Amino acid sequence: MINEIKITKRKKRNQAIAFWIFRLLSYSIVAILFIILSFIVYKGASVINWGFITKMPEEGMTKGGIYPAIIGTLCLVAGSMVFAFPVGVLAAIYMNEYVKDGIAKKIIKQMTNNLAGIPSIVFGLFGMSLFVNKLHFGDSILAGSLTLGLLALPVVIRTTEEALKAVDNTFRQASLGLGASKWQTTSKVVLPIAFPNIITGLILSIGRVSGETAPILFTVAAYFLPKLPTSIFDQAMALPYHLYVISTSGTNIEESRPIAYGTALVLIIIVLIANLLANGLRKYFGKKVKMN
Amino acid sequence: MYKIESKNVDFYYGPSQALKNINIAIRSNTVTALIGPSGCGKSTYLRLFNRMNDLIDDIKIIGQVMIDGEDIYGKGINVDSLRKNVGMVFQKPNPFPKTIFENVAYGLRVNGIKDKKFIEERVETSIKQVVLWDEVKDKLKKSAFELSGGQQQRLCIARALAIQPSVILMDEPTSALDPISTAKVEELIYELKAKYTIVIVTHNMQQAGRVSDRTAFFYLGELVEYDETKKLFTNPKQERTQNYITGRFG
Repeated sequence: MINEIKITKRKKRNQAIAFWIFRLLSYSIVAILFIILSFIVYKGASVINWGFITKMPEEGMTKGGIYPAIIGTLCLVAGSMVFAFPVGVLAAIYMNEYVKDGIAKKIIKQMTNNLAGIPSIVFGLFGMSLFVNKLHFGDSILAGSLTLGLLALPVVIRTTEEALKAVDNTFRQASLGLGASKWQTTSKVVLPIAFPNIITGLILSIGRVSGETAPILFTVAAYFLPKLPTSIFDQAMALPYHLYVISTSGTNIEESRPIAYGTALVLIIIVLIANLLANGLRKYFGKKVKMN
Repeated sequence: MYKIESKNVDFYYGPSQALKNINIAIRSNTVTALIGPSGCGKSTYLRLFNRMNDLIDDIKIIGQVMIDGEDIYGKGINVDSLRKNVGMVFQKPNPFPKTIFENVAYGLRVNGIKDKKFIEERVETSIKQVVLWDEVKDKLKKSAFELSGGQQQRLCIARALAIQPSVILMDEPTSALDPISTAKVEELIYELKAKYTIVIVTHNMQQAGRVSDRTAFFYLGELVEYDETKKLFTNPKQERTQNYITGRFG
């Protein structure tokens, strides 16, 4: 009897310890994020005003705004998604719905995973040699978007595949059982069910793409360009590269420090807004799936 | 002539044999129950009739499966039209995430029917056939997920009926339903017999006894006994059947 009470006590104590460790660890993650954010907000908030996000950089990038870098990053994110999203989603559909299990599928899968593991600077070099030089796009938004798109591709493919896998097989069987073709089944039943989760892939890749510096280094990014791009064959400034430039090789690094933090803050806010937007989309489509 | 006939059917998943030399002949407008313990091959056998097993990689079929005298695994068979003729109802109610109306209309639309009036009429008749019309006629534009499990299953049956098949396969159609919904579906099966040939897999032997004309007992991939339901349950010829239906194993 006494022994049993002892054991129960020990079990309870061990459980309490384990939970405290988990709790501590998860709180510390939140804390780290919070510290980083508040540090950047603290350092950067003072320079942020309407002028900062709508003006050109002035006086060797130590004054003025970051307007062209914001527009450049938005263009690059949009451009890379226009490329990566359809290609990635279609590739994932092909892989999940059409290819039979076997060596071919294994190879494609392994290659996708490998693609995800390639360092982003390598993508930059590849983009430069293929898009900039070989295809003669030059340093341009097109070349940068395609390079970033390649980088985002594995993320889109993998999340789309997961989304498709999560669709219960009996939906496919029910549709095929009614005489529907494979494509009708995929487009009218499977994709609408999977769509909210596919959007997650979009969110993740937007976050990834907007912050990348290395892939745009040799393909699009301009050190200083006090005008907006007018076509996809123009060079552009971009937030992460601008941040890199003014904190390492600007005309006056000390003086432009506040602008660097301001730039970082704007970049974070853009990613945040993109996530919120995509989340809203995901909820909207989630509801629509139930209704239609 | 028999509606469905299988002659010397062997079926393999990869190297393992799931069905061994199955011979069954099924007449039109009857209900045939397939019973047996889990893994005995009854669901696999059911899925031969609309070639649903084709979706699985690495399978092999030997022998003949005939519907209306035609070998459905023969050359020149259009699987889509076969499936149009052989409807299926699944274990768990699985309406599409669409409206009640669109669920039933789906089969018509994917088969190229565009006439709005025709679709509306067919949807109404199909839902009436499964005795669901009064419950859903005011909310056809609502999501099918708003219905109860039993209603969803009847909607799934209506979905299968809408494209006017001649055979309906049911894979444990009531195993996820409460007793009242089960009774309704069973009643429905009895009524549908007048127009369709029904093959039903069930774990519930009382159900087999209630709804079916003939019963096939499967065990370890073999067809142990196939006879009139009454005979099979009251006076089985095989000892294994006797043991199973009296609950000694399974």
